[in-house]
Amino acid sequence: MKNEAIKVLQKKKKSIQETWMKFQLTDETLRDDLMTNDDLRKQSEELVDVLVSSLDDTNIDDPRNAGFDGVVDILSALSISRAKQGYSPRETGVYVFSLKDALLHVLQQEIKDPQELYVQSMKIIKLIDSFGVTTFETFIKGREEVILRQTDEISEISTPVIRVWDGIVALPIIGTLDSARTQIVMESLLQQIVETSSSIAILDISGVPAVDSLVAQHLLKTVSATRLMGAECIISGIRPEIAQTVVHLGIDLSGIITKSSLASALKTAFNILQLQVVKK
Amino acid sequence: MDKIPILRMGDLLLVTIQVDLYDRIAEALEADLVQAIDKSGAQGVLIDISAVNIIDSFMGRIIGNIAMMSKVLDAETVVVGMQPAVAITLVELGLQLSGVLTALNVEKGMTLLRSKIAVKDNDPEDGNTE
Repeated sequence: MKNEAIKVLQKKKKSIQETWMKFQLTDETLRDDLMTNDDLRKQSEELVDVLVSSLDDTNIDDPRNAGFDGVVDILSALSISRAKQGYSPRETGVYVFSLKDALLHVLQQEIKDPQELYVQSMKIIKLIDSFGVTTFETFIKGREEVILRQTDEISEISTPVIRVWDGIVALPIIGTLDSARTQIVMESLLQQIVETSSSIAILDISGVPAVDSLVAQHLLKTVSATRLMGAECIISGIRPEIAQTVVHLGIDLSGIITKSSLASALKTAFNILQLQVVKK
Repeated sequence: MDKIPILRMGDLLLVTIQVDLYDRIAEALEADLVQAIDKSGAQGVLIDISAVNIIDSFMGRIIGNIAMMSKVLDAETVVVGMQPAVAITLVELGLQLSGVLTALNVEKGMTLLRSKIAVKDNDPEDGNTE
């Protein structure tokens, strides 16, 4: 014995598709600049087709049922492609929810008993609401992936180790240092020290907006690791405000060579290597 | 049992660790090395750990201990060729190996050791100038 609503919906598939298209085309928020009406029709018909055919007695109350995997796949693809096409999240949401109107419209025409109509409508509303949320989740997931990838790229880009002189490497740090970044900074610096067999590393922190105790600890770790490798580490680019905070926080940087500018750090490095720069 | 060779080069001792250290080898090395320093009267010890990829807190301490012991026996110790991963591990473990001299490679370690020994020899308070 099939549920009343399912029977109606499966019988009236064509009519649902037509009604939905009609609703969409008359809606004033329709973005025919982003997608042609033919494409929209194809997309909508496919969704209705898969949704109606995967509906059965067991899953109508359970949107997470495996029977709806096909629908969820279509919705995911749809939300990602729409995000790329430039639809706003709102428009994508409205698109999915507008299907509800079409479904309810058809139900209203077919089911005459008000009690039954109410029960079946509630079921359909719940189902479509859940699909709407799924669409949103996918949308957000897609966005998060982009953000994560960009974060990775930024941390890769922002830690270039520069070979300043024979035996001297410099690493300008731009942006806040957190644990994950310190790890990357440390690894690339140490790797570069090995590769170029440099005995002096200059860590320039003029691009670090603020130094708190955690950042200072990360810096100290980097310096210690460099020393363990057998190279000397100079921290340069310490701004007056940073000097103030460091002292106020009671961080002990006495074991480290600190310089205010990269130029003076380089000079110190030359001194250690017993090099001299002379005018021609 | 595996043993780590201790080579004598003039007044220096050269220890190259070519295998991943495990506890027993490390302890044996500690004992052997102090004996060797005592017997040869070496002025400097160079420990090459460039082939060591894995290190734990025990190994870190042993390396630190060896350096301290050599110092007590009046020999300078330089640890050379530490891998980046090893250095990061030691720092994360909180072992800074303070008091241990380090150098990037054997060549630089040798230079450092020679200069240290030269300074010591020229130090008038030291009393044993050649």
